[in-house]
Amino acid sequence: MTEIDHTHEGHDDAHAPGSEVATKVGYSPVADIPHKPRVTDTDPKAARRAERQVAGMFTLSMIFVIAFVVAYVAIDKNAYVYIPVLGDVGASNVVLGFTFGAAVFLIGAGAIQWAKKLMPDVEVVQQRHDMASDKSDEEAAAANYERGKDESGFARYKIIRRSLLGAMALFPIPIIVVLRDLWITPPGENPAEILSTTPWEDGVMIIPDVGDQTGLSPETSRGIRPEDLPVGGLVSALPVDIGVIQEEEHNLNARGKASIILVRMDPSEIRSQQGEGWDYNGIVAFSKICTHVGCPIALYEQRTHHLLCPCHQSTFDLADSGDVVFGPAARRMPQLPIGVNAEGYLVAKAPFAEPVGPSFWERDRT
Amino acid sequence: MKFLSARRRNPLVALFLLVAALGMTGVGYSVISSAKPAEAAMGSQTQVEDGKKLYLEGCSSCHGLDAQGTMNGPTLLGVGAASVHFQVATGRMPLAAPGAQAVAKDPIYDVEQIAAMSAYIASLAPGPAIPTAEDLSYEGADQAKGGELFRINCAQCHQAAGQGGALTQGKYAPSLMEATPQEIYEAMVTGPQSMPVFSNETLPIEQKQEITAYIMGLQEAPSPGGLSLGRLGPVVEGLFMWVAVFAALIAAAVWIGIKAR
Repeated sequence: MTEIDHTHEGHDDAHAPGSEVATKVGYSPVADIPHKPRVTDTDPKAARRAERQVAGMFTLSMIFVIAFVVAYVAIDKNAYVYIPVLGDVGASNVVLGFTFGAAVFLIGAGAIQWAKKLMPDVEVVQQRHDMASDKSDEEAAAANYERGKDESGFARYKIIRRSLLGAMALFPIPIIVVLRDLWITPPGENPAEILSTTPWEDGVMIIPDVGDQTGLSPETSRGIRPEDLPVGGLVSALPVDIGVIQEEEHNLNARGKASIILVRMDPSEIRSQQGEGWDYNGIVAFSKICTHVGCPIALYEQRTHHLLCPCHQSTFDLADSGDVVFGPAARRMPQLPIGVNAEGYLVAKAPFAEPVGPSFWERDRT
Repeated sequence: MKFLSARRRNPLVALFLLVAALGMTGVGYSVISSAKPAEAAMGSQTQVEDGKKLYLEGCSSCHGLDAQGTMNGPTLLGVGAASVHFQVATGRMPLAAPGAQAVAKDPIYDVEQIAAMSAYIASLAPGPAIPTAEDLSYEGADQAKGGELFRINCAQCHQAAGQGGALTQGKYAPSLMEATPQEIYEAMVTGPQSMPVFSNETLPIEQKQEITAYIMGLQEAPSPGGLSLGRLGPVVEGLFMWVAVFAALIAAAVWIGIKAR
């Protein structure tokens, strides 16, 4: 109670005429609280204990530095230790991290302990001036600006002013140009058309995706027969000539657009498709690229026929035209019409009817 | 013979002959049709009979007396021995409680009982067989290639390091850190629950072995950098920093700010 009373008094003081501090920096209750001595101020034993604590921390820090060097030399880099919760972890990393971390921490902790327990802890008022500039400074700055305007002749040389404005306005155009093409489109070609087309067309054989296909010739690639794919089966697939295309392009753009998944369901479970007869005996092919922001999805639940994108949980119903049933995707998953060729392998019957992957400026809003 | 010839014009004879013919056809057909699957399953007759007993006792209430399926459980005709082994050996079946999906737990049947049940189900209709030791051998299989195949075919659900992940509506893809090569193989060829089927025609056995080698490598791989945080990558590491390490920093700042007594 006495302390609160005291601060109340201090409040009155602040408004008393002649109190220079109060009028200049405002009221500071902390400065008016009476200094309470710490244990270390009154008890020399406690002070010595604090002294030992601080020195102990600094010494321990030195020991950890030595331990770090020893551990660096001594512990085999491939040794592992089992630590509960963490599991099997690299012994060297754990010891190096702990010793170095402890060494740094103990220097800081010792310094704080020193400041808190032993350095003087009297409350002081820090004098500060007002945030706003002086009137004279403001006027000088305004005069400076006016003089600069006059001397540069910005108002006088009309042609310089206008050409400068023009130059500044045109300067960002290169950035827009390269952004539009993303540095990938060959000059003169329409990026919208490139985004809208894939290597899939009538008769292109479907092969399973086995990873790096660069340079694989269509002759050696293994096709997929309808009977290879049981009901409930899933295959990530690519067009047969993707290896050749990839080698020509020197990038993975065609592969990114052409990735599809094949799933087989009981034909009676297919409720609707994007085109009449686009399946082959219950085998349907859909783009693997999410129409939201283009994550590859093959997270297919064979019981519900839902395809879930792990990035933002967009969910497509492959038994119902690939329509969106949940999530941020705005458009259905494009379906690829498929059939079999003369040798009995699955092939595309037509290109994708709509662009695959996420939206872009020029895309038709369908 | 007198007894028969005397009654050959009896009106009931036609009915008797019809029943006899139907019965003979049925018995004959079952003898012929059961011969092949029994052979394919390589289960001995006693194993099949033991399996049938266990089946009727433990499974038939949901899957039906003839494994034809009921309102509470799917048919087991054609699921094959591999499916039975996977579901029962991982403890997913018998189901402890209905829910979003069957949960793996300690199996309640021993190895022989599971083999008997697998043989019984395989004797009913052909389906994926239990893989041989040769199918499962992943020695010398290319782990790096397996990793590539895993990321194409498996990582979307089981996560790139096989830690498992969420599906829709409470379903989830389990972690593969405890899976055996046999369970991995059986899951791929049978497609348990939400998992699609990866048949040996579209994902050949050599590729399955490469994938198995990769998963086994993941299981054995220690964590050289310290706490692995579920091997989920930089997002989890960042979250850990923001939550745990920032909390520690705030605690340190509070300690610095407290006046000494």
